[in-house]
Amino acid sequence: MDTLNCDELTTRQINERLRNLPDGSKVFVSQPRGKHSLAVGLTNRIDIIIDGNAGYYIGGLGDGPDITVLGFVGWGVGENLMNGTIRVQGNASESAGSSAHGGLLVVEGDSSLRTGISLKGGTIAVAGDVGAMSAFMAQAGTILVGGNAGDALGDSLYEATIYVGGGIRSLGSDARIEDLTEADVLIVKDLAALAGFDHIEPENVKKVASAKQLYNFDAVKAHKY
Amino acid sequence: MCGIIGLHLRTPALEGELGVLATQMLEAMTDRGPDSAGIAIYDDARPGVTRYSLRSPAMGYDWTGLGDLLDAEVRLVGTDAVLSSSGDPDAFVARLGSKAPELDLVSWGQSLEVFKDVGSPREICERYGIRSRTGYQAIGHTRMATESAVTTQHSHPFSPAADLCFVHNGSFSNYFTVRRDLEGEGVRFETDNDTEVGARLVALEMARGSDLGDALRTLAKTMDGFYTLLVSTKDQFAVVRDPFACKPAVVAETPDYVAMSSEYRALAGLPDIEKAEVFEPMPEEIHTWTRSTVMS
Repeated sequence: MDTLNCDELTTRQINERLRNLPDGSKVFVSQPRGKHSLAVGLTNRIDIIIDGNAGYYIGGLGDGPDITVLGFVGWGVGENLMNGTIRVQGNASESAGSSAHGGLLVVEGDSSLRTGISLKGGTIAVAGDVGAMSAFMAQAGTILVGGNAGDALGDSLYEATIYVGGGIRSLGSDARIEDLTEADVLIVKDLAALAGFDHIEPENVKKVASAKQLYNFDAVKAHKY
Repeated sequence: MCGIIGLHLRTPALEGELGVLATQMLEAMTDRGPDSAGIAIYDDARPGVTRYSLRSPAMGYDWTGLGDLLDAEVRLVGTDAVLSSSGDPDAFVARLGSKAPELDLVSWGQSLEVFKDVGSPREICERYGIRSRTGYQAIGHTRMATESAVTTQHSHPFSPAADLCFVHNGSFSNYFTVRRDLEGEGVRFETDNDTEVGARLVALEMARGSDLGDALRTLAKTMDGFYTLLVSTKDQFAVVRDPFACKPAVVAETPDYVAMSSEYRALAGLPDIEKAEVFEPMPEEIHTWTRSTVMS
């Protein structure tokens, strides 16, 4: 397996080398030391292992690669992800998976505030807890939380769906708990299996979706503003 | 955007490396704040002696003459100087103000020295010889100005009371209102900077008897805006973030030190970092660490 060493190459050089690898390649990125923007904007079908703690925007804009981070990551991991997978073995900082259009982001630890903010169709699975304001204004896609969710979960949700295995500290405006359907149970079961989580009970998760009261502007209420 | 770093040592074994570690941390935050930088170093006091970090707006200042005039020991540091005196600090500051009104009093205290200027962290650390400094605590800041001018006086750390230091990433939005209230209580300001308001609020609360944690709780209730703050005293080190945690903060704890920074990049080169407990303070949580014993 090729190794790209962050102590020897700039982030730009590493991303250029990654971009030029043929589909099916496997590559090891060593000594990340919290560096930002590693493996961003890639469209090739390659396997990348980042060997340690990484910085902001890891794998952002990705449209193909499968990325594993053997450590924790900073803000905005998988931001605007299009396709492919990102797996973080540690915790993720704020805004994980923000605006992701597709693909799968798995966080094996906890994920901090604003996880999945403005999600646009991507899938996020967090084994542990998510912080406050997660899924804020999420428009489409699915978020599975194995642990607990913080304050204001799903505030101003559109069509995204959130499943929470643990407790919910508080729901945001216009978010509500809905009954689980058989289809939901299947979705959670498949997603937990895909993420490799064995602590989820698909029949016992809480489903959070939009109550759709803020969905459209109501002209009758215009005087309130 | 700005960058913050801080290192609070728990073992004398690392005190000889404080300057090297703090310099490397501050340089790692260069691209968060390339316009100005500053660093505060705490080392063990000589009993009864207060140090005054002074800066002259003009080159070639006659520091020796000033030392003679004020009966103080003079140590030149880059283009600045640190004066040491065993006299009463209030009387010393008053005499300094009347004899040398053109000078900036950057900080004072028994343990603290502060160096700051416009320019890159590397340049500033080199000019003030930070790498060779020893001590038990350091806090630093790299600035990308948003609220006020890029000058030495507007750069961080702000040190509004003896041995107190305050750095800020973010922007206070109601600082002018709070400033007016504080001025009504007799607090004097040196700049129009938002961070100075927060720093002087904490200093006022502590002068009235609050501990650092309570002073920061008052700040969180009073000040609106975005902030990650790192505040230090002679023996304490505290971190707080605004209710939305808009600005980043990472803490690493080991038996040998507590380190804090805006980003993990600045912590990645610390000794035994792979064994550290690394976490992000949550919104409005006030984290304080106290130096357990006076180490000799």
